[in-house]
Amino acid sequence: MEKKRTSPLAFIDRLPNPGLFRMGALITLAVVLLVVVGLVWMPYEPTAMSPDRMQGISAAHLLGTDKMGRDILSRVMYGSRVTLMVALGTMAIGAGLGVLIGAFAGFYGGVLDEIVMRVMDGLFAFPNVLLALVFVSIFGSSTTHVMWALGIAFIPSFTRVVRSEYVRIKHLDYVKNARLQGASNARVIFVHMLPNVRGVLLSNLMIGFNNAVLAEAGLSFLGIGSQPPFASLGQMISEAQEIFFTVPSAVLGPGIVIVLMVLGFSLMGEGLRPATKGLD
Amino acid sequence: MAAAMTTAPLGEPILEIRDLHLEFHDHDRPEVAVADFDLTLHRGEIVGIVGESGSGKSMTAHAIAGLLSRHALERSGQILFDGHDLLHCDRSTLRHYQGDEISIIFQEPMTSLDPLQRIGMQVEEALRIHHKELSAGERRAAALSAMDAVGLPDPQQVYGMFPHELSGGMRQRVMIAAATISKPQILIADEPTTALDVTIQAQIIALLRKINAEDGTAIIFISHDLSLVRQLCHRVVVMRQGEIVETGTADEVFENPQHSYTRMLIDAIPKVVL
Repeated sequence: MEKKRTSPLAFIDRLPNPGLFRMGALITLAVVLLVVVGLVWMPYEPTAMSPDRMQGISAAHLLGTDKMGRDILSRVMYGSRVTLMVALGTMAIGAGLGVLIGAFAGFYGGVLDEIVMRVMDGLFAFPNVLLALVFVSIFGSSTTHVMWALGIAFIPSFTRVVRSEYVRIKHLDYVKNARLQGASNARVIFVHMLPNVRGVLLSNLMIGFNNAVLAEAGLSFLGIGSQPPFASLGQMISEAQEIFFTVPSAVLGPGIVIVLMVLGFSLMGEGLRPATKGLD
Repeated sequence: MAAAMTTAPLGEPILEIRDLHLEFHDHDRPEVAVADFDLTLHRGEIVGIVGESGSGKSMTAHAIAGLLSRHALERSGQILFDGHDLLHCDRSTLRHYQGDEISIIFQEPMTSLDPLQRIGMQVEEALRIHHKELSAGERRAAALSAMDAVGLPDPQQVYGMFPHELSGGMRQRVMIAAATISKPQILIADEPTTALDVTIQAQIIALLRKINAEDGTAIIFISHDLSLVRQLCHRVVVMRQGEIVETGTADEVFENPQHSYTRMLIDAIPKVVL
């Protein structure tokens, strides 16, 4: 079979808004680069204190130092890693379980669907922050627990969209046809139906990721999750409040990274949106 | 024209439908969709089921194919195939036959194919489910020959295409290739030509006839188009409001209709006067 060899990036040009997508991808790439570089090299140890406290921007400390003399750039690098990991983990848990539950509820319908969706409504109505607080007070404060708390809080949003898509497409002829060829329910659900909900799933993942970043930042700002001396972006902003006017970069540094993370994914999602809208 | 078709020899019975009775229970009053339906299908036979919309012909087909939804439907009677009652057996028994021994082609070729799967994958699906012993290469070879048999031009190329790249007629051919790849004993064609234009209709009818003649596949052809039924079918069952009003060989029914409803249907065939 002859296969056309094209650049793996060629799909971007076919998007209805390649410009937005490119810009978003570039921003996201920059943030990812910051994290990846941080994995192998950081200017200073992010938790190492020094006598050079609350210094402004200089050649030695590109973003200055905080009130304990720790290098802000190093802490931003470390903190973005934490925030990104929590956001990705949250998505993996929320989307993974959400899609699974939504798919089964939508496919089987009936009483099961009704029960599952009411539970989801209950979960949805529960404030994320409160859920995270409950989680953390039971299991202890750590980034992993915040990840699970947020992940569980994110399940309903995925369950809802995936369920409604499954309800919609399960009566379509090609799904009926797959069943009539003797495919098992599992095969119908995952092989035949799942790829056809990828449109809504993708845009929901983009939005979900942003919400996860913001939620993690918000929670660590409140002191839930990553504990000092380890950094996460929200926690850094929280700690730097008092020195905002002395060392603005202590707040702006992590703040800008959060904005870029969210902006990058938003723009990518925006660039994809009309494309995924018209898929069926 | 139809005379030659009716003399096809009857093979042994392969499908027996006895007292099929289907009732909807999702409203205040039960509604009878199919009542007292009896039919014996023989190997190599083409049976047409005709009737107006709502006469229960599609419900009957769905019952045979095992597509009845599980809720809100009361069923009685038997659909006997290979020693099993397809109406009451569990889903795994049903699945064993679906796609392998009993296949169905739908009315709407535009929506019956998965928009995100390549044609080749979809044609092979029945083999992937029922004949796991085949290698990928064997499956592909079988798919290509099935696609060739239904008259798809350049199967090699079509194999890697997506449904939106094909016309309605080609998609219906793909559907037929997918339905016949495992050489089923029974093919149910649920108004397979309704969505196609007349020239393509004739080609699809010719194709069904060829499948029937070459593989001995029994076909249940459901249609409201009596002229097509007359061209294709050996036997005809006329349904109205869920009940059989008349049954017989195509010639008997069309030349000498016994029931006033059949006569009415036949009179409704437009006669081209030039």
